[in-house]
Amino acid sequence: MTDKFISIEGIARRYPGADGGQISVFEDLWLSMPRGEFGCVIGHSGCGKTTVLNILAGLDEPSEGAVIVDGQAIEGTSLDRAVIFQSHALLPWRTVLGNVSYAVTSKWRKWDRAKVKAHAQKFIDLVGLTGSEHKRPSELSGGMKQRVGIARALSITPKIMLMDEPFSALDALTRGTLQDEVRRICLETGQTAFMITHDVDEAIYLADKIFLMTNGPGAVLAEIVENPLPKDRARIDLHRHPLYYALRNHIVDFLVSRSKTFAATVINHDPRNVPIVRPGLSEPTIVASPKMIETSPAQTIAR
Amino acid sequence: MTSSLRLRAAIVSIALFAAFLGIWHIATRGTGTVANMTPEYAKLMGLTATAGKSAMPGPLDVGAKLWEHLKSPFYDNGPNDKGLGIQLGFSIARVGLGYFLAVIVAIPLGFLIGMSPLFSKALDPFIQVLKPISPLAWMPLALYTIKDSSISAIFVIFICSVWPMLLNTSFGVAAVRKEWINVARTLEVGTIRRAFTVILPAAAPTILTGMRISIGIAWLVIVAAEMLVGGTGIGYFVWNEWNNLSITNVIIAILLIGIVGMLLDQILARFTRMVTFPE
Ligand SMILES: Nc1ncnc2c1ncn2[C@@H]1O[C@H](COP(=O)(O)OP(=O)(O)O)[C@@H](O)[C@H]1O
Ligand SMILES: [Mg+2]
Repeated sequence: MTDKFISIEGIARRYPGADGGQISVFEDLWLSMPRGEFGCVIGHSGCGKTTVLNILAGLDEPSEGAVIVDGQAIEGTSLDRAVIFQSHALLPWRTVLGNVSYAVTSKWRKWDRAKVKAHAQKFIDLVGLTGSEHKRPSELSGGMKQRVGIARALSITPKIMLMDEPFSALDALTRGTLQDEVRRICLETGQTAFMITHDVDEAIYLADKIFLMTNGPGAVLAEIVENPLPKDRARIDLHRHPLYYALRNHIVDFLVSRSKTFAATVINHDPRNVPIVRPGLSEPTIVASPKMIETSPAQTIAR
Repeated sequence: MTSSLRLRAAIVSIALFAAFLGIWHIATRGTGTVANMTPEYAKLMGLTATAGKSAMPGPLDVGAKLWEHLKSPFYDNGPNDKGLGIQLGFSIARVGLGYFLAVIVAIPLGFLIGMSPLFSKALDPFIQVLKPISPLAWMPLALYTIKDSSISAIFVIFICSVWPMLLNTSFGVAAVRKEWINVARTLEVGTIRRAFTVILPAAAPTILTGMRISIGIAWLVIVAAEMLVGGTGIGYFVWNEWNNLSITNVIIAILLIGIVGMLLDQILARFTRMVTFPE
């Protein structure tokens, strides 16, 4: 069962359309992840990434299909699945400690004050916020706020961490340190994590598997990319790894062109058996051939 | 910089007040011509006609009278002659009671409306019709059913304070940020606990704003209500002194109504600041 710790089974999400019909964000989506793995979803804005994550969190319900976590179909939200929100979503009237404690008391109702505080403190220390316990969110920088969000999510020791573009609102430097932090914590605790991102390098650094989604409406999971980089990769010399550019180009190629043309060009796509790709050294790189550069229709005619 | 601005503002305020008193004093100094009349008639007419004194009391008259009132605010010489402290006390007690009842009803009901789209839609027509009714229009009905003038006044206070609180509470509750609700949901926080730990603190500034509007309206309405029902209270005092033609006392009452109203507003403003959180 461990190879399918999370299993999204044929989910669809439809919204009522303007003309009385239905607009489908995606149909028949299958996706699975083993325990302890880090999965990243990449796709263009509006393709339905947040929708998938919200369904996984239990904040939204699929129009069809089911999500199975640890052998059980999920029903609504659960303390087993912690969410780190893009906008951090801290309660502004509570302090850092108050925000983390709120999560802790929600999970362990019978704990006394001292025990809750000690437990919350442990996670505040873990994300490097020791000394800021009594600050309110308005007194924190964006990066610190998101650290509190991470501490809050981790403090309930969830089976799965769900993250919706958690670092996209942060500056590059802060983003980098938080990525390091999240990777360290996930590796140390064997945390299963599912993350949405826009940032290709973020996905390469953090993810074991990268899920590529095509453009919506009617988005599909086009491909699963296995990260060929070693587990002990470091963020700063990621780009020195021989496979880095192969992997990066593969993903960027997908985002630039294939995510748009996928539905039209691939006819026998089986949503239950999405191809798993492991970019290697043989991946095509630019060898002075204009074919690799995307051409606009006008150029094609002129040639 | 700010302290000097505050100082300058205070100086201007004092200057304006002094100018106001000065103009008032000059305008009421008494320049009217003295009519020629028999002493008996003159006695009936009073100083206005005989000594050329203005019918409007001057600031010195009001000041002297005010000092008299302040020296013994709580005397009680029967139904038509009570100290101003007692009269104000009656009014504040009625406002306090009616307002308190309104809080008890409006805030839970506001929560219900804010949290439940069904109740929001179902109760909307009633609120829309009841809200614009002048609170004093309820008075005859209240007197008829309750048969007690004091309780009727409290009921009128209740009915006028309930609407701003109800509307602000339901609006504040409905407008709580979705992400905060989602935090509570992902933490499996139950409805009751969610209401107290997320919705109440998030909506508190809006609720308190409604409560502040309500206390202002209640204080406006109590004067009119007491004029109608009589007996006790600052509103009755105003009306009684008008019947006694004691404009001095009417002016003093007006001043005190303003000061008490300001104090009530300041108290609520302080509470509002206490629950407001920076984002
Ligand atoms: N409440 C809604 N009603 C109608 N359409 C919606 C609603 N919420 C999301 N959508 C649509 O679903 C699609 C996917 O949205 P989302 O999951 O937020 O995309 P992403 O996170 O990938 O940017 C979008 O095209 C959006 O317009
Ligand atoms: Mg999104």
